[in-house]
Amino acid sequence: MRIVMIGHGMVGHRFLESLAKNAPEQHEVIVLAEEPRPAYDRVQLSAFFNGKTAEDLSVTPHDFFSNTGYGLQLNTRATGIDTVTKIVTTQNGDTFHYDKLILATGSYPFVPPVSGNNREGCLVYRTIEDLHAIRDTAAGSKVGVVVGGGLLGLEAAKALKDLGLETHVVEFAPRLMAVQVDEGGGRVLRKKIADLGVGIHTERNTVEITDGEKCRHVMKFSDGTSLETDMILFSAGIRPRDDIAKNNGIAIGPRGGIVVDNYCRTSAPDVYAIGECALWEGKIYGLVAPGYQMAEVACTHVVGGADKQFLGADMSTKLKLMGVDVASIGDAHGTTAGSLNYSYVDERTQTYKKIVVSADGKKLLGAVLIGDVEAYGDLLQLKLNDMNLPDKPEGLILPASDGSKPVGLGVDALPMTAQICSCNNVSKADLCAAIEGGVRELGELKSCTKAGTSCGGCAALVGQVLKCELGKLGVEVKKDICEHFAYSRQEMYHLAKIGNIRSFDDMIAKHGKGDGCDICKPTTASILSSLWNEHILKKPLAGLQDTNDYFLANMQKDGTYSIVPRIPGGEITPDGLIVIGEVAKKYKLYTKITGGQRIDLFGARVEQLPVIWKELVDAGFESGHAYGKSLRTVKSCVGSTWCRYGVQDSVGFAIDLENRYRGLRSPHKLKFGVSGCTRECAEAQSKDVGIIATERGWNLYVCGNGGMKPRHAELLASDLDSETLIKYVDRFLMFYVRTADRLQRTSVWRDNLEGGLDYLKAVVIDDSLGIAEEMEAQMKHVVDTFSCEWKDAINDPETLKRFRSFVNSDEVDNNVVFVEERGQIRPATVQEKAGRIAVAEV
Amino acid sequence: MTNLVKVCPVAELPVNLGVGALVKGQQVAVFKLKTGDIYAVGNFDPFSEANVISRGLVGDLQGHKVVASPIYKHHYNLATGECLEDESVKIPAYSVVVQDEYVYIVA
Ligand code: SRM
Ligand SMILES: Cc1cc2nc3c(=O)[nH]c(=O)nc-3n(C[C@H](O)[C@H](O)[C@H](O)COP(=O)(O)OP(=O)(O)OC[C@H]3O[C@@H](n4cnc5c(N)ncnc54)[C@H](O)[C@@H]3O)c2cc1C
Ligand code: SF4
Ligand code: FES
Repeated sequence: MRIVMIGHGMVGHRFLESLAKNAPEQHEVIVLAEEPRPAYDRVQLSAFFNGKTAEDLSVTPHDFFSNTGYGLQLNTRATGIDTVTKIVTTQNGDTFHYDKLILATGSYPFVPPVSGNNREGCLVYRTIEDLHAIRDTAAGSKVGVVVGGGLLGLEAAKALKDLGLETHVVEFAPRLMAVQVDEGGGRVLRKKIADLGVGIHTERNTVEITDGEKCRHVMKFSDGTSLETDMILFSAGIRPRDDIAKNNGIAIGPRGGIVVDNYCRTSAPDVYAIGECALWEGKIYGLVAPGYQMAEVACTHVVGGADKQFLGADMSTKLKLMGVDVASIGDAHGTTAGSLNYSYVDERTQTYKKIVVSADGKKLLGAVLIGDVEAYGDLLQLKLNDMNLPDKPEGLILPASDGSKPVGLGVDALPMTAQICSCNNVSKADLCAAIEGGVRELGELKSCTKAGTSCGGCAALVGQVLKCELGKLGVEVKKDICEHFAYSRQEMYHLAKIGNIRSFDDMIAKHGKGDGCDICKPTTASILSSLWNEHILKKPLAGLQDTNDYFLANMQKDGTYSIVPRIPGGEITPDGLIVIGEVAKKYKLYTKITGGQRIDLFGARVEQLPVIWKELVDAGFESGHAYGKSLRTVKSCVGSTWCRYGVQDSVGFAIDLENRYRGLRSPHKLKFGVSGCTRECAEAQSKDVGIIATERGWNLYVCGNGGMKPRHAELLASDLDSETLIKYVDRFLMFYVRTADRLQRTSVWRDNLEGGLDYLKAVVIDDSLGIAEEMEAQMKHVVDTFSCEWKDAINDPETLKRFRSFVNSDEVDNNVVFVEERGQIRPATVQEKAGRIAVAEV
Repeated sequence: MTNLVKVCPVAELPVNLGVGALVKGQQVAVFKLKTGDIYAVGNFDPFSEANVISRGLVGDLQGHKVVASPIYKHHYNLATGECLEDESVKIPAYSVVVQDEYVYIVA
């Protein structure tokens, strides 16, 4: 059978995938695609402005066509269909015979018929080519206007804002997102978006666009007002691309759209339409999830599989627009006869929540959530599964009076048929089957079921199902850091800060239960140090430290310790080297240059640590914090002082930074790098904070990682002077310290940060949360109160007492045995030790 | 009470922390909890094959008072020496007696 498909967008591609999966026996398939590249992720289009490339956005594996043997003709527009002879013609005059024809032509942006709408700099937002044009035009513009305040319009506005333009949204209706959001929600949304610095102009009807005075254009509105702008993005709705059907005798609806039945068949035999070009029961679905369902239905019908029908789709949406959470479910406007509303408005935090329930109060009909969309998953499931509401449905949106989170209905209550991921049509049963089959992790569950991989709106719910099912299987997965605290690290941080908590006892008495353990104690210790920066070996804190922190050294496999003096920036004098060498020689320690540009001395027994450190401290060395979850090293290259290419003094700056942030306790270790020029010899882009010199200052990169899962750092800001850079780093680090989970490196934290790099930029650079000053002050406190932990320790007899092997004897641990190798010591193996030690017997 | 080995004054044990002790040539880890209860178990961690238990963090897990080995973080029941993660593994647990403010271990 020969299948011809017109259009290779997201939905078209889903059809091909489904075909390849369900009918691997070769059909001959030809895809005619107008765009210059195979299907890409239009939903994530805006990510292009955050550094995603066209390749990143592709949804077509590069070997898809070679593996399946399907043919793809790019840059090819289909122009004619002869539904009798079953032949498709392209604009080049090529012809293709089909047995089955699939129309997946999508839609195009509607541009209102206003005079001047085709002037230079008037653009739309649909394809990657549109994005190139937007970026190029924005480069020469100061002001940008988006026409249309719907979902896509706001997304386009965000793009303009990101490109650094003064941004306005012009909307014909009295509120933003009029389709999804009711009046009350619209008000809150408007305030939130206006607060981000976007001009909002509702109830404006554009009548003309002509030459402006200050800007390239002026837009004139019917009410006599006007707005000057350099570029205009039209985002005033979409229209189905139904021309090819209309011109060739295939039925379309009165207001456009190719008419299809429940099998996605059009009026012509063997011709199907799917996605945004299709009109089902008078409705066009402008979302990808219903399109995917159509693709599956049409594919099943084409290959003659089981009876699968398209019976409409849910249009509920949850998204983050410009950092503002917005969600809408079902009958958001309460238009169902007899329906009742509950609403909750908090003007201080700008939160709006509304639910629409049936006349008898038993069923949920719709909902609107702005600012706090936590309830979305529960509400959506109540609606989709037609479940009975709890007795007091208002509890679903009201904050609990004791400040704890409202009680959700819990995924366990959902029926197995509940659809969890609408984009990919994954039910709870599908997820459970995968979990029963051995899947244990969210990433794995997503990749094998596809749930959560499109819009991402269901990700939280998928996570909950996983957690709940694993719980039933007896596998433990909790966000609670341990059995003593039902909180994440981030929540504990806030509890400690708000409650001015200074000891673990206080913490566990107020917020936990039991005695604590080796997870919650060090976590609390780290939080208390970040907050108050008191010496970690002070009485109430000491018993909380992990052994490495407790003995201020890293324990090795045989119970001995390593010693790492700080060598800021990797710069060390010959005298410094000699001291380290002499100390190592005297105490017979193994020495090694570390991967962090400093020297590690291994093989010290616990009772030797203070004496060794005393010698080092006396010679001017200080703790390198190799044992702490804190700043490790600031790696540097030699920089402009010596290197012929260097443009700044990278060593000098690295030393300043290392001295500034040394001792800062954080959720995980922190590493910096400073390179003197773009050749990047310090590998700064693999560090939590990376700095690269430019002719004009420094480029600041953040959230890089080496280690188990390397990640390139991302550019946060360019050409900064040293002072501004330090200010940003202060803010960045404090924000991380406040919000990261236990043992979460900045890279993982960043990957989990909602709103991504933009959000981070907004917080660090634009101070969008209004906490910059506070964070800088907090960092200043840490910097001002720094003292070397080893120096303090060797001067405190109480602390020193602890560094002994036995409380009742001066003997040493006879199980620590070294042998010589390559001229230095190393721990003896068990065989080597055999016979020399008496191991305790039970 | 012939096998009592005198270890140290109770006051010398830091709260919620451990110390090592030599008891008839065996290494013992002694802990004093916040409640004042004192426990003693072997100092040798069979997983890392190192004498490190006295340098572990104490706490409670699943209703048992435990110490976590600082190397690979196995938990041992302070009262019985049983390993929570692997029931086939057990370290010695010793009885502790306090007399005249001194800690004695029964060995
Ligand atoms: C000594 C050193 C290896 C060496 O001989 O060169 C080392 C040794 C250890 N590393 Fe490392 N890492 C050392 C450089 C690195 C580097 C290279 C660098 O910093 O440029 C990396 C990759 C860069 C990075 O972190 O992004 C590195 C990635 C890790 C990781 C993986 C982290 C990750 O995010 O995936 C761990 C495990 C962890 O932290 O959970 C780790 C953990 C460890 C521990 C702490 C493991 C342990 O618990 O015993 C080792 C103990 C060190 C000790 O006793 O002093 N070490 N480690 C290096 C000390 C540098 C220093 O001067 O402080
Ligand atoms: C910026 C943006 C953000 C969005 N965000 C979301 C979101 O968050 N959630 C959501 O669910 N949806 C979102 N959407 C909508 C979603 O992208 C669409 O629903 C989806 O792409 C529709 O897929 P499709 O395959 O039907 O059409 P398209 O992806 O438009 O593909 C149709 C393809 O057919 C080609 N074509 C048309 N006519 C011809 C012809 N005659 N010959 C050859 N080729 C032809 C077109 O060039 C196009 O490549 C967003 C859309 C945009 C633009
Ligand atoms: S790579 Fe592994 S073995 Fe080597 S130092 Fe790092 S943690 Fe230890
Ligand atoms: S609902 Fe969109 S990815 Fe699951």
